[in-house]
Formats: sequence, C-alpha cells, structure tokens
Amino acid sequence: MMLNPAILALLMVSILVSTMLLVAATFAFRILRHWDIQSGSELQLRLERRTYLVSTLLVWAFLFEFLSLLLFIYNAEALSGQFVGAMCATGVLNLNPWGWPTLFLKITLFFVAAIWLLLNYLDNRGYDYPLIRFKYALLLMALPLVGAETILQWLHFTEMEPNLITSCCGTLFSADAQGVSAEVSGIAPANSILALAISGIVVIAAGVWVALRGQSGWLLSITGAAAFVIALVAIISSISLYIYEHPHHHCPFCILKQGHGYVGYFLYIPLFLATALSLGAGFVSPWRRITSLSQTVADVLPVISWLALFFFLQFYLTSAWSIWSSRLTMMEVWW
Amino acid sequence: MLIELTDVRKAFNQGKPNEFWAIQGITTQFEVNRISCLKGASGSGKTTLMSMIGCLSRPTSGRIRLQDRTISSLPERFLTQVRRHTFGFIFQRFNLIPGLSVVENIMLPAYPLGLKASSLRSRAERLLEQFLLVDKASNPVEWLSGGEAQRVAICRALINDPQILIADEPTANLDSRLSREFMVLLDQLSKAGKTVLISSHDPVVFDSPVVDRVVELEDGLMVSGEG
Amino acid sequence: MITLLRKQRYFIDYTLGTMMRHKGKSLGLLSVYTMIIFMLASVMLFSHAMRSEAVALLADSPEIVVQRIQAGRSVMVPADYLQRIGKLRGVTEKRGRLWGYYYDPAVKANYTVMASEQDQLTINDIVIGEGIGRTRGLSVGDYLTLRSHEGKAFSFRVSRLLESESELISSDLLLMNPQGYRQLFGIDESLYTDLVLSVRNPREIQKIAEKLTRLLPDSRPILRSEILRTYESLFSWRQGVMLILLLGSVLAFVIFAWDKASGLSAEERKEIGILKAVGWETGEVMRMKFWEGVIISLMAFLIGYLAAYLHVFYTSAGLFEPVLKGWSVLYPSFQLTPSVDGLQLATLFFFTVLPYTLATIVPVWRTSITDPDLVMR
Ligand SMILES: Nc1ncnc2c1ncn2[C@@H]1O[C@H](COP(=O)(O)OP(=O)(O)OP(=O)(O)O)[C@@H](O)[C@H]1O
Ligand SMILES: [Mg+2]
Repeated sequence: MMLNPAILALLMVSILVSTMLLVAATFAFRILRHWDIQSGSELQLRLERRTYLVSTLLVWAFLFEFLSLLLFIYNAEALSGQFVGAMCATGVLNLNPWGWPTLFLKITLFFVAAIWLLLNYLDNRGYDYPLIRFKYALLLMALPLVGAETILQWLHFTEMEPNLITSCCGTLFSADAQGVSAEVSGIAPANSILALAISGIVVIAAGVWVALRGQSGWLLSITGAAAFVIALVAIISSISLYIYEHPHHHCPFCILKQGHGYVGYFLYIPLFLATALSLGAGFVSPWRRITSLSQTVADVLPVISWLALFFFLQFYLTSAWSIWSSRLTMMEVWW
Repeated sequence: MLIELTDVRKAFNQGKPNEFWAIQGITTQFEVNRISCLKGASGSGKTTLMSMIGCLSRPTSGRIRLQDRTISSLPERFLTQVRRHTFGFIFQRFNLIPGLSVVENIMLPAYPLGLKASSLRSRAERLLEQFLLVDKASNPVEWLSGGEAQRVAICRALINDPQILIADEPTANLDSRLSREFMVLLDQLSKAGKTVLISSHDPVVFDSPVVDRVVELEDGLMVSGEG
Repeated sequence: MITLLRKQRYFIDYTLGTMMRHKGKSLGLLSVYTMIIFMLASVMLFSHAMRSEAVALLADSPEIVVQRIQAGRSVMVPADYLQRIGKLRGVTEKRGRLWGYYYDPAVKANYTVMASEQDQLTINDIVIGEGIGRTRGLSVGDYLTLRSHEGKAFSFRVSRLLESESELISSDLLLMNPQGYRQLFGIDESLYTDLVLSVRNPREIQKIAEKLTRLLPDSRPILRSEILRTYESLFSWRQGVMLILLLGSVLAFVIFAWDKASGLSAEERKEIGILKAVGWETGEVMRMKFWEGVIISLMAFLIGYLAAYLHVFYTSAGLFEPVLKGWSVLYPSFQLTPSVDGLQLATLFFFTVLPYTLATIVPVWRTSITDPDLVMR
C-alpha cells in the first residue's frame, strides 16, 4: 500500500461521499413511498424540510466527487516517478487491474452527477417539485456506481506496491499493440482530424439550434456525446502527436505534464464540462411540457446550450492552437 | 374577494398521543381593503390561523386561496416567495434584531429580493420619513422606546410594499394612547389600499371605529363574524 | 443573474455583520481552524521541502556508485577494481571515493568525513561545514583535534568553512586530504570506500550496471535513479504517517466545529426565526450560513498556510525539528528552499475544508429549518 497524503485524501473523500449517498438513498426510499405534495400532514412537512438537507448534501458530495476526479489524475501523474517503468499516469493506472476501471467509473460519475445536479436545480424551481420522484430514483441508480468506485479505488491504492514494475504509454498507446487503445492510436491522423472537424461543426450547429428554439435538447445530447468520443479519439490518435512533437507518441496523459504547459487540462476540462452540459440538455428539455416547469425550462435550456457551446468552442480552439503552434510536420503521414 | 378559506384545519403532533387540533374547520373570506380583526380567548387559535393565511405555515387539510392561487399545497420554498411579495408582518414582541441599526432592521425582508442597493436604501428612507424616524435611522434598535420600536416594525412590514398586513396582537406592549395612535396608522394604511388582518383581545382594537369586521374564534372554530 | 449576485452580496454583508456581533465565537472557531491548517500545512511543506532538497542534492551526484559486498556486508573496494572495470562505453569518468563517519564525543555527534581532491588540501588542513563550526566554536585558522584509529591525537587547521547553500548535507561535513584520511582511519593505500562512475546518456545506465555485475561479481552498483525513487516513496510515506497521526486532531476539530455550529444561543435562534418570519427562505438562510463557512475557511486557510510557510521556510520548522529530522544534532539552523506544490494545496484542502464543511451541513440545516411562525409565539 502506498501512503501519501493525496491517496489518503482520495480514500477519505470516496468513503465520505459514499456515506453521504447512502444517507441520501435511505431518504430517497422514503420520498418514493410517502411523498404527497397535496398533503399538509406533518410527515410531508418533515420530508419537505429534509429535502433541503439531502440536496445540500448531494450538491457537496458531487462537487467533492468532481474534485476527486481531478485529484485522482493529478496524483497518478505525480506518482509516476515512484514506479519502475512508469512515465506518466498510464503507467500508474496499469499497475494493477483496478486503475482503469476506477478512472472510468469516476468519469461516468462525473456525468451522472452533472445531470443530477441540473435536474435538482430544475426541480427546485417547480412549485410542486414535479421531478422529485424521478430525481431520487435516479439517485438510487447512481448509488451502486459510487459504491463500486469506492471499492475499486480502495483496491487500486492498497494493492499498489513500491516495487511493482509497470508498462507505460509507449506500449499501451502504440499502433503495434493489441486492443482498443492500439486501434485508436492506429487511426490515421488525417481521418481523425477530419472527423473532429465534422463533429465540431455538427455539435455547434445542433447547440445553436437548441439554444434558439428552446427545445429538442436530445439533439445536443446525442451530438455532444458523439463529439466527446471523437474528441478523445482525436486526442490519442493525432492531437497528442502535435503536442509532443513526436510522430509515434500517442499518450492521452503525458499532455497533462508540466513539460507540455499542462495543456491537457485546458483540453480535458472544457471538453468534459461541455459534454456534461450537452447531456444535461437532453435531460432538461422534456420537462417543458410540465406546467410548473415550462417557464424554467425555457429560461434554462438556452443557457445550458450556450454554455456547452462555449466550452466546446474552447476545446476546439485549444486543439487547433496546439496543432497550429506545433513544430511537428507530418508530411508523409498526412495526405 | 381576496382571501378564501375552505374547511381549513390544523393539527399539531399528528399521530402522537398529544395530537391537538388547533383549527378545526374554518370556512370564510376576507375582503380587500378592509380592516378585519380576529378576537378570542387565549389559545383559541388566532395566531395559528393568521400564520396559515400569511403563508408562514401550511394547513393540515382544507384549502386557502389567495386571489386565484391555491397556496395551501405550496411547499415552503414557494410559500415564502408568495409571502414576501404579498404579506407584511407585525408581531406582538416587535422582534427586531438587536445589534443592527434601525435601517438595517427595516431592510432585512428585502435582502432576498436582490434589489439594487440604492433603490433599497431610498425605499427605506421614504418609510422612515413617513413614520417620523429619520433622526433615529442609524441608532441601534435597543435604544428605541416601545412606540418607536412599533413604528420600526411597521416600516419593516411595509418595505416590500405588500398588499396585506398581518398584525398579531400588535398593541399588547403598548399603552392605550399608543394603541389608539397605532389604530390611526392602520386606518391610514387601509385608506392607502392595504388589507389589514389583526388579532387582539384588546377592546381598544376590536371596538375601534376603524375596524370593519370582527371575527370571533373559540377552540379553533369560528363562532361569530360571518362576512 | 445580477439579482442573484446582489442577493449573495447582501447575504455576505449580513453574515459578516453577524460574525462581528458574535466576535468571541467566531474568533474561537477561527483560531482552532487556523491552528489545524497550520499544523497540517507545516508537515506538508516541510517534508516536501526536504524532499526537493534531497533531490536537488542528488542532481549532481554520480549516476552509478559501486560498492563491494563480502558475506552480505559492504566492505572497502580494492583500487585495482578501477583497472578491472577498464574502459566501458558511455562512462565518462570513474574514480574511487573515501568517506565515512567520525563520532565526536565532545559534542556527541557524528561528522561525515570525506577525502577531497579538488580542494587541494595539505595534509594538515580541513574544511568544515557550518554545523561543526557552530557547535565546536571553530572559525578559519582554528585547530580541531581528532583521535586516530590508534588513539593518537591529530590536530587539523580549519582552512575554510563550507557555505550554507546545500545545508542538509554540508552542515556536518568535514573534508580532508586523502592522505590524512588514510592516516586518521588507518586505511591501506590500495582501498577505497566505494567507486563512482559518471554516465552521460541516461539510457545506457542500465546496460552499464549489468556489465559491472558481470565484470565484478562481488560488486553492487547503486543507480542514482533508484535512490531518487526510494527517496520519493520514503518521503511521501513519512508524510502519510504524519498525516495519519494528525488525523486525530482533524477529527477533534470536526467535532468542535459541529458543536460550535449546533450550539446556537437562544438569541441566535431567535434571530434566524425573525429572518424566516420576515421572508427569508430555508435555502436562503442556508446560503447565508454557507457564506459564513466560506469566509471562515478562507481566512483560516490563508492565515494558517501563510503562518506554516513562514514557520517552515523562515524559522526552519523550529516547532518540530526534533520530531522530523532526528539524524544528527548538528542540523539546527539550516534553511529550506521555499517551494509550493499544487497537489499539496489540493490535498490540504481535502483534509481541512471538506471535513469542516461536512461537519457544519447538518447543524446549519437544523438552524435553517427553524419554524417561521416561532416568533409569533
Ligand atoms: N407547535 C405547537 N405544538 C403544539 N401545540 C401548539 C403549537 N402551536 C400552538 N399550539 C396550540 O394551539 C393552540 C392555539 O394556539 P394559538 O397560538 O393559535 O392561540 P392564540 O389564539 O393566538 O392565543 P393567544 O391569544 O394567547 O396568543 C394553543 O392551545 C397552543 O397550545
Ligand atoms: Mg397568539
């Protein structure tokens, strides 16, 4: 087991967050069983008061979860100096079978949390709390994810021994290797950049349409999710090459290093925020038909869409800038 | 017709051995632009009824409508929004916050509205002028006399320009001269278009000529004063 | 949007006013909070600075050190090993080193003694680190007497004091002529303590180490990169252990904060009741209390972190030197190079602000749901 402060902090946060969610989940059961907005009974009044506590608890829990995703990646980077063979976060995540699943769960939870927070915001603006059952049912579905994340992260850190030898990005993200990462790395840069450009145009068009019309948020969700996947593929298969100025280095983590001006954070943070917001748009717009929410949806949906577009744009501009300012020329690889 | 109550009931400690029904089914209406007075023995439910009308609490059953809006099933968050645009409250103990100055106390109800600081300030100053408190504006409220404290409480109730004023035993801490002066103030406000609801067992209040209607409560039921 | 911001400004104004009115309570909380952050931040800054110091020190040490192992113990290396290594591709320089420790009963401390060739010392001259100079009261020109392996007393003239740049190591360092070293400790001409090899290209180090073990089967090559790695895990392990020890005090603080937040006086409870009665909503009271938490946390964080920074880098972590260093009594006044690290700040935040926030959520909520019609009774 490795015992550094960041690991301790991450373990503590995950345990606290799952406890908070467990508390919230027991409350969610009571809401699903007893909630009746028409009644003025004391049980109902107590439940209504408790919603303040539980939603505050959840807002904080999800905020901490988000910060812990950042800390997790940053810490993996920082740990890479302590293992033979590790040059960046990839090596640390490869140390044992729990590293990657933890990361993926954390990312999934980030999106789930963002959607839940948006629904919560919306619900608190409808005078009859129209989404309350839906949102707490959703919470119950998120609970196993949080539990799994806590356990996997625990295993990942406790089974981390200082003398482990690992393999790093050079072997995982290489066109000659096996598996998804290799296939992604093997995509021709020209194709992936083209796909990136097309998905960018499509998502921005969809976003503008949703923002102006104030409906059909699902359009933004679908195009946003596609743009997210294509963006990740493009980072691995081509953008990273330009940042490293090296025609065969495909790592999605080394760009987070100081040596590359932390440019990775400027790519990933806007991309993740934009994707979360576009997913949220799809969850917000259907409630337009509920009387107590129609006004709020009409107000909020354009804001979400514009914000998503803003972050997407920031991501595309940063990518374009890092390609443009790179000294790498890929004549033979290109056309 | 502004406020309409249909079979309103309120229980405390529901489902427990000490369950108590403070209001046991009241149906009535309160008209715009009038001064109505609730009277009744101590414990008859005056405060409980007024707090339900004033959106401070919710009835256990029954319906309260305000204009065209049913407020009895609104959760607290929205009750409060209705309340702060519609009602101003004057309490028996003036309930000013010690340590804050007179103006700060007056501006308290307006903070959650997020008004511009300058317009908030000028509203408060206008009220201070109207109630002859200008020279006390920055004094801490502990220094005020009973009558002045009462006028500050009225200013505070009026800062958000509510249509309805609710006063729960407003004269309990005043002598009879100040009580009469208070009734004159209420009359002016009523003439200026406010609806007023008072509760009191003080004859100076319910026998006052400015009161348009007296409703009598007993053990949570209305015994006289049908509109 | 602007309304929302203005609203928050009113809440902040109000909560600042409240804190000023209950000065005693706020100050009590603030000082305990600051204390906790100060302690944690001091530990983190200190061990981080020690690590960077050590890493900086290793930066210009040789890439490979060769020790000789006999029956599982490291022993002196014969000088002809240098010939046996011969010419290895990639090795730019190779030489033998002489170094060891000398226990000085007068100050009950170990000196690190090294033979130095660059300094061109005569057999009677020595160069000493500031720590030795300070504890023995020596300056340039004074004489220091050391007892040799045979019990004879040798006197050496102090020709120079080492500057205090890399104090961690140099403070207890004593440099002398190789000949003097051999005489003092009775070491044969044909022996060295260890051998060092410099390698220009880091990619070749592993290869060279392998060749060395083949050429000299009883040798143990130690790579600089390995030492660095060991240092890294050693220091972060130490930090972790310290933190676990301090976690108890964080817990105590959490309980304290919980207690402070829930132990409202009747006066404060009434104040909240009035706010609710005149039109504040539960969520808004919580928001107002949230700002109180932000203000307290921010102040505690700034003051505590600044104090820790001064403590570690300007008073050389005077408060826990005895606990943390404990190698030698000669270390009392070295200065650490200031360095701040983002990961560390984030971790500190997780260890202090997060528990505080969690500890106050429930009490704040309890306060905020005060019945608005309470004040009518
Ligand atoms: N929170 C509560 N829990 C239990 N009983 C309550 C509660 N609040 C009020 N009551 C009861 O409800 C009844 C009505 O109270 P209320 O305050 O409305 O009377 P009131 O007419 O205003 O009396 P007074 O003239 O003395 O102010 C009283 O018997 C009181 O004890
Ligand atoms: Mg009463």
